[in-house]
Amino acid sequence: MSTIYDIKDISFAYPTLARKVLDGVSLEISEGDVLSILGRNGAGKSTLLGCMLGLLKPQEGETVLSGRNLRDMTEREVATIAGYVPQNHIPAFGHSVFDFVQMGCASRIGIFSHPGKREREDTASALLEMGIEQLADRPYTEISGGERQLATIARAIVTRPRIVLFDEPTAHLDFGNQIRVLRIIKQLADKGFAVVITTHNPDHAMLLGGHAAILDRQGHLVSGKTEEIITEDSLKRVYGSDLSLKYIEEFGRKVCVYPNL
Amino acid sequence: MEQNTPKKRKLNIIFIDLVFLGLLMCGLVLAVCVGKYSVSPGESISILWNRLFGLPSDLPMMTQNVVLGLRVPRILASVVVGAALSMSGAAYQGVFKNPLVSPEFLGVSSGACIGAAIAILLSLTTLYISLFAFIGGIVAVLLTLTIPMFIRNRSNIVLVLSGIIVGSALSSVFGFIKYVADPDTQLASITYWTMGNFSYIKLSELFVVLAVIIVPTLILVLTSWWIDVLSLGEDEAHSLGANVKLIRGMVIVCATLLTAGSVCIAGTIGWVGLIIPHFGRMLVGPSNRRLIPLCGLLGGLFMLLVDTLTRTIGVEEMPVSILTGIIGAPFYCWLLFRQRRTLS
Repeated sequence: MSTIYDIKDISFAYPTLARKVLDGVSLEISEGDVLSILGRNGAGKSTLLGCMLGLLKPQEGETVLSGRNLRDMTEREVATIAGYVPQNHIPAFGHSVFDFVQMGCASRIGIFSHPGKREREDTASALLEMGIEQLADRPYTEISGGERQLATIARAIVTRPRIVLFDEPTAHLDFGNQIRVLRIIKQLADKGFAVVITTHNPDHAMLLGGHAAILDRQGHLVSGKTEEIITEDSLKRVYGSDLSLKYIEEFGRKVCVYPNL
Repeated sequence: MEQNTPKKRKLNIIFIDLVFLGLLMCGLVLAVCVGKYSVSPGESISILWNRLFGLPSDLPMMTQNVVLGLRVPRILASVVVGAALSMSGAAYQGVFKNPLVSPEFLGVSSGACIGAAIAILLSLTTLYISLFAFIGGIVAVLLTLTIPMFIRNRSNIVLVLSGIIVGSALSSVFGFIKYVADPDTQLASITYWTMGNFSYIKLSELFVVLAVIIVPTLILVLTSWWIDVLSLGEDEAHSLGANVKLIRGMVIVCATLLTAGSVCIAGTIGWVGLIIPHFGRMLVGPSNRRLIPLCGLLGGLFMLLVDTLTRTIGVEEMPVSILTGIIGAPFYCWLLFRQRRTLS
């Protein structure tokens, strides 16, 4: 299995905050991996994704992406390898879903140029793949939150990157849509995309299986196989409350429940 | 059916463009004809036709002079200014992902006013007034752009606030200049200048400014797709592979040149750069590839009609900004009403 991300000992602090948000974080992600990053609010999950995408520059350590140092890569080169699904938000202008998804082709477009036939075809097939081809002409601002999430995923995969990074893909979605989005993430992994998601919900990590990582308030990250990383002890340390993990025979997996208020 | 829609939409947009191009052509002929000295459409077309192809015209000299010497320059100027202001408005609104931004907000207009006022204080000719206004506008934008560098925060919100800071500081300076100006002559010209008008424009000056306007227009049209990408927000655009700094810088420079260029042709004219892009979005949606060229047509047409009105209603000519304000404010209200559902 070839390595996509090799993150070596990176530390990051925001100029206005004294504490380090990431402190000596190391992580390796290979072809076909599914990784769920857990952590409390403000623990720095989004910051870690930002560092992986080159949006933020860690003060220490280095990140190797597909064999090259991230610092030496242009945003265009990063974008062809790593697709990004940011947290669901409503932009200022209601571009059509088709135009919105087509913007995922930006890494292929020259600065004085615009998308052509090939981009239109790739966009159409990404829409089809996400099952939202009927939304193509609707303004992105007027579709539901779940549909927006699907459009954003379509945009991330339109140029077939090797890895897709999701920032809290289930936030602000109702229960049904959360499961729908997780299922799509699982399908992407089955198609060969490496997938990284950040989430608050330990159950989502266990549903996805694969690998998990926990980022604590001190900026330390531990990672490994999901069933080894997510334990009652580790959950207690992260969330500071007595969560309990129960094995449910019917489902063949553990679930995370809160005993009582 | 899915295959069909984009093509149909494209035809639809070409149709809209053609309609407004046709209206603009009719507007041009109409504008040449109306005024204190009226010329028939046939005469005006024949004068223009003969002039374009260097043929002699047998119409009276007086008519020819009115058409070629007076009306054609100001008509062309109004179309150019309207188009430039509207396109720069659309571009600013895109990169600052805010549909309420207008071309003036980085301080171009306040800087231009000071430049023009200084030139008037120094009793310089109209050519220098235009030049000073242009330089003043550019200097003001440079000031606005340096504040975020000092604060070390280059987000859009800081830039917008910095535009407000520079704008209000400069209007104090402008107030001071007006205070010391000679109230009988200079103050009147300064005030008249700030309200915008097309009556002093000469064809030769217009061609100089046209050079400043054509290049940024081409660049904006070529980068229009990237303005869409930038309108998603800085991080998101960056993650998609956009060179945000370069594209944003280029668009700001071009849009500023367009605004400064039109300000030095006609003084400061409000509202156009704000309402025309909105109206354009209602017709073709927010995609800047379709919007920016359409804004050129719509803005040119709008300004042509407004300028024609200013010189045909009433006895005295009216400053352009007064009419754009009177038309613009209720029109903007109506646009907001139309879009109330999408404005959260």
